[in-house]
Amino acid sequence: MIFTLLFLAAVAVIAGIWLFRQGLTSKPWLESAAPAMASAPPVPAARMGLRVFITVATGFLVLLVSAYSIRMEMADWRPPPQPGLLWVNTGVLIVSSLALQWARSAAGRGDIQAVQDGLVFGGTSAIVFLLGQLMAWREMANAGYLLTSNPANAFFYIITAAHALHVLGGLVALARAGMWLRRGAAIGRLRLSVDLCTTYWHFLLVAWLVLFSLLAFAPSFSWLYAICTAPFR
Amino acid sequence: MSSAAPGVQEVIPASDVAEAELYHPHSWLTKYVFSQDAKIIGIQYTVTALAIGTVALVLSWLMRVQLGFPGVLSFIDPATYYQFITMHGMIMVVYLLTAVLLGGFGNYLIPLMLGARDMVFPYANMLSYWTYLLAVVVLVASFFAPGGPTGAGWTLYPPQAILSGTPGQDWGIILMLVSLMLFIIGFTMGGLNYVVTVLQARTRGMTLMRMPLTVWGIFTATVMALLAFPALFVGAVMMLFDRLLGTSFFMPALVELGQLREHGGGSPILWQHLFWFFGHPEVYIVALPAFGIVSDLISVHARRNIFGYRMMVWAIVAIGALSFVVWAHHMYVSGMHPYFGFFFATTTLIIAIPTAIKVYNWLLTLWRGDIHLTVPMLFALGFIVTFVNGGLTGLFLGNVVVDVPLSDTLFVVAHFHMVMGVAPILVIFGGIYHWYPKVTGRMLNEGMGRIHFWVTFLGAYAIFFPMHYLGLLGVPRRYHDLGEMAFVPPSTATLNAFISLVAFVVGFAQIVFLFNLFWSLRRGREAGSNPWNATTLEWQTPETPPGHGNWGKELPVVYRWAYDYSVPGAARDYVPQNEPMPAPTRAATGQAT
Repeated sequence: MIFTLLFLAAVAVIAGIWLFRQGLTSKPWLESAAPAMASAPPVPAARMGLRVFITVATGFLVLLVSAYSIRMEMADWRPPPQPGLLWVNTGVLIVSSLALQWARSAAGRGDIQAVQDGLVFGGTSAIVFLLGQLMAWREMANAGYLLTSNPANAFFYIITAAHALHVLGGLVALARAGMWLRRGAAIGRLRLSVDLCTTYWHFLLVAWLVLFSLLAFAPSFSWLYAICTAPFR
Repeated sequence: MSSAAPGVQEVIPASDVAEAELYHPHSWLTKYVFSQDAKIIGIQYTVTALAIGTVALVLSWLMRVQLGFPGVLSFIDPATYYQFITMHGMIMVVYLLTAVLLGGFGNYLIPLMLGARDMVFPYANMLSYWTYLLAVVVLVASFFAPGGPTGAGWTLYPPQAILSGTPGQDWGIILMLVSLMLFIIGFTMGGLNYVVTVLQARTRGMTLMRMPLTVWGIFTATVMALLAFPALFVGAVMMLFDRLLGTSFFMPALVELGQLREHGGGSPILWQHLFWFFGHPEVYIVALPAFGIVSDLISVHARRNIFGYRMMVWAIVAIGALSFVVWAHHMYVSGMHPYFGFFFATTTLIIAIPTAIKVYNWLLTLWRGDIHLTVPMLFALGFIVTFVNGGLTGLFLGNVVVDVPLSDTLFVVAHFHMVMGVAPILVIFGGIYHWYPKVTGRMLNEGMGRIHFWVTFLGAYAIFFPMHYLGLLGVPRRYHDLGEMAFVPPSTATLNAFISLVAFVVGFAQIVFLFNLFWSLRRGREAGSNPWNATTLEWQTPETPPGHGNWGKELPVVYRWAYDYSVPGAARDYVPQNEPMPAPTRAATGQAT
């Protein structure tokens, strides 16, 4: 659970700094002045909602990583070879993220046509990524690395599936952004929508990079893991 | 002094408070059933949770019949008994306590107490309730599935949870896991709402340190739940894979009924880590809202400002953070490394410090207060006593050397029922008696309320106090029938019968409470808008019950903290949060100190 605890520590530090800046040391019973809080919050509620959601989703994925690392320690751990296709898929997901970044800056400029191109390209490449993952699964299964034959295989499937479901959810949000675009929504609304999608896409990319390196290279990190868990042995 | 101390700004034009994007219902169906109004959703959550909680209450009766008078009801065989304990535990912890405190009180009170019109994502909020309802329906469905509900114990430990010796192995365990996953999905949608609403939708002047402690408790508990529930979700998905697809996340190689199972290489301990990583914060997810609510009840009904408000807030946050590093104290007997146990025993004992701070502050709030022994106040006082009692036995169980012999005895059952069963439910009752007038416009009947309190409070002690002794004598938990046990004196049977009789009486007192809820809806005394003379914003709404959008045309503006009771020199013994500060004397004393 060391990874989960590290993640929680990071959350705690951020939350602690934030709370401190919110005046956690003020003495409300002495305050006698009129309120001065700004009437509009500095961050739109939807963006704050996305931040909280990304934190929760990260927690979920980190827990999977923790479970993986606990199981990895046992003697019979035999990780399956990773299909080379995963490298291609990683590239596709990077392209997808870049396309959305491009759409975001286009939305900032107010260039609707470019936004549309970015969204379509980003969405399509995300779908290609999902199909690629599906093909990787088939490759694994055909090579005899089935879900039930070894816990390492089961972890491979469950981790990739969890990530893929998050991508699917992102595609739904992206479709909604596309809908706003087609309906000719106000540029402010569109900008927020594209912006949120892009942030989420970057999260998906970072999450995938971490999970992929875990799945493909975890054994070569074993010395690092051994150092981290040494106090508990 | 600090950045949050409001600067001086004499006039606040009310018009610069932005009108929230409010959802407007058009039909009866969207107004009361598929409602996006947090108040309606809160009521829906509470009613659903109380309904499923009543099922769990009946299950506890059936268990007590078997324990007190073994064999009287012939249909309670060991398998059904296991199913009863499992469902009783799971329903009470997750589907009742969590749902009422966060879904019920959270939805109803957060927007009102913060001066918001509604939650920030009303649609997700509605989905949250309906997903919760679906989770409850799936849970209830397992009672009617072939083989009945799962009997794996509420901790659902593998491998036995999915092996054929355990009742409910066919459908029960599957439905249980699916129901939990639905609950977590539903809760996450609601939880995002509560957190972002607190962060974003506070009205003008409502700084974090002016929020009532109820909101602090619910807010912190929600943050914890958002981080802890995914552990259960991950575990549930993996176990579902083990059960349905034959993977081996938790299943070691084992021989079942003479047959070698296809599983191999899984780790049952991994489940325990995931489960308790959720399970221990869950205790505080239930306790923190209760702490917050009780602070407000005591302050209102003792007509005193809460003692040490800042310390109370810090303690809530500290407890929330610490509760994530104590989970393995539920696993002392799992064969862990002694240093590991030492670490978790230490963190467990440390968490007693902020908790004790809270208890002292409640007592000091009461000290020389103008205590009104109203029904909500009785429940709040009952909570303090019960929580201290349950907490003290927690200090015993937190130590490895004491826990090992007491593990799996009725001592543990008595401990956790006191500290996270009885104590939070007393707060829930207190909260319902306190806010029912705001929700319905009528007071709950006081006579019935007093009967309900005294029978529940004294009864709970008559049930769980003797249970500690049974545990010390070595009576194991989860046993369908003690049979002929040489090490247990025969008098334990008499004590068990006594406990059972009291349990029936206490159960009936809850029926009085449920009846009171319906009876007072029509016949209760008219409450007016602020029957307790409280300061917090929910009592200052223009209408009672609050209308759609809560505040009429203009949002309230907050000028002070939530605890201005018995202020010297003030005209009344309370000053609402939205009342401007005219008194120069107070400002003067403020500067003088």
